[in-house]
Amino acid sequence: MLRKTLLVLIIAVVIVGGAAAALAWRPAIDPVRRPAAQSFDPALVKRGGELAAIGNCATCHTRPGGQPFAGGAAVPTPFGTIYSTNITPDEATGIGAWSEAAFRRALHEGVDRGGRHLYPAFPYDHFTLIDDRDVSALYAFLMTRAPVAANAPENDLRFPFNLRPLLAGWKLLFLRTGRFQPDPNQSTAWNHGAYLVNGLAHCGACHTPRNTLGAEERQRGFAGGEAEGWTAYALDATSPAPMAWDADALAFYLQNGWHRDHGVARGPMSEVTENLSTVPAADVRAIATYVASVADASSDQRRRKADSAREQTKQAADARMPGAAIYAAACATCHDGSRPPPYGGIDLGLSTGPSGPNLRNVINVILWGLPALDEQRRPIMPGFAGTLNDRQLADLLAYVRARFSDKPPAPDLEKHIREARAGEPRVTIHPAPTTEPGPRGPGHKEARE
Amino acid sequence: MKLNVNGRDHDVDAEPDTPLLYVLRDHLELNGAKFGCGLGQCGSCTVMVDDQAVFSCLTPILLLEGRRVTTVEGLGSLEKPGALQQAFIDEQAAQCGYCIAGMIMRAHALLQRNATPSRGEIIAALEPNLCRCGTHMRIIRAIERAAGKRTAVAEGGR
Repeated sequence: MLRKTLLVLIIAVVIVGGAAAALAWRPAIDPVRRPAAQSFDPALVKRGGELAAIGNCATCHTRPGGQPFAGGAAVPTPFGTIYSTNITPDEATGIGAWSEAAFRRALHEGVDRGGRHLYPAFPYDHFTLIDDRDVSALYAFLMTRAPVAANAPENDLRFPFNLRPLLAGWKLLFLRTGRFQPDPNQSTAWNHGAYLVNGLAHCGACHTPRNTLGAEERQRGFAGGEAEGWTAYALDATSPAPMAWDADALAFYLQNGWHRDHGVARGPMSEVTENLSTVPAADVRAIATYVASVADASSDQRRRKADSAREQTKQAADARMPGAAIYAAACATCHDGSRPPPYGGIDLGLSTGPSGPNLRNVINVILWGLPALDEQRRPIMPGFAGTLNDRQLADLLAYVRARFSDKPPAPDLEKHIREARAGEPRVTIHPAPTTEPGPRGPGHKEARE
Repeated sequence: MKLNVNGRDHDVDAEPDTPLLYVLRDHLELNGAKFGCGLGQCGSCTVMVDDQAVFSCLTPILLLEGRRVTTVEGLGSLEKPGALQQAFIDEQAAQCGYCIAGMIMRAHALLQRNATPSRGEIIAALEPNLCRCGTHMRIIRAIERAAGKRTAVAEGGR
């Protein structure tokens, strides 16, 4: 009996192991000589550049202070650090030897030219929706960039996450390949927005919560997540925004990086809005149309919430709270002033920050401010990291929460203050690789050297 | 309230929401720190609170109970300039001089946490401070000199 069980077990192991190996194995695609830049249609290259901006490609594939698309940027994950790869058309260290078929397979299936599984930090779970025409445009754009010879540092992942074949299992569990299917009951703009948001723009990578294996929880799409020391607020009906978002507000925000009734894009989101400021308005309008429908701004409940938020700002919280005097002395001149944004302070009663699931974003902004950006008409704010000690900051935040939101006291306030001060996880403050990174931001040592 | 400035306790008769800059200049006659923009965007009011550089125009004194304030006057005197001040003199880093007290204090804070900053680190740390005359290169050289990175030999390239 025992012998028979053992035999069955061995056969089972061989079958499962063999199947797993077969699944994990992907063939290499033959290298090609880098196609001449002139061989690509200029209109396709131009569209590829716009799509690359929508896809935020340069943000991850550029090291702070480094050459665009040459990779080497550290992407912190719960499993260790992944370094982005060089996607310039250098044949030895970039994707210069990749045929379009190899490039398409990487986007759609997360497999590199050599057949290795790619980590889902590269969001192929979204890119699988990209249609072939747009893949061609992206390929044309990247292949016409200046080739840069640069090898990415080795990934620094904990065992067993450093074993790439295991990614075949991850894909089996979490990856659903296939192109975008439009909804015939929706408008063209909505469908284009849904295609971009869920595909190339990969909004859910930050705005959807992830499970313990780092996969997005599909049933909770856009219910909010986190990114690089910042909270990515929920975009669905549970959005903490005091004033409901509509398509107009979203379109303005996505192109300008701020909206007077909602707040300022910071951290990784400011890189997104920076990129979207360069793409055709029709694409941003489509994204806004779709996201507004996700937010379900039209429901009565949301509108009532917005109305009460406007009232809320008028009510003063308890003036005896220790933070009240700090707010009055250090914040009110701008935030209760008459100058409108972007150069006056945002109305904190309308800003999503004080009403968020936690106050991490507000803490980041108070500590490090909103640095002025070259050639950008954006909100600015000095940082108060040296001015406020932890106790004073906690008092101020408790007051801001009480006065400017209808939410209970923020959870884990002391912990978030401590982590923000220590730069844990690493906090991205400045929006572009060319500007100074924040305290312990990615690559803070290498920038400007 | 009590305010500790440059190692001395002062009894200050001012409203708690008064900016530190006003107290320094109007009450204590420490006129090194300057009023520039009043918005924390130019850095000419920079002083140190504990070990960090702050904009004194945006720092109400109610936040300073039990904390140490250091101004440019705390680094040395006309007769006996501190090392960093001497480096600014040696490099002739001031033109109109309006930004210099703030520049020195932000540089002092940098040198306290990093005695030998690279040129990149100096530029990054001083980003909040503006100089309208354009003596940035001399300011950077002065900080490098104070950090022991510029010697007589290195000056050949000036």
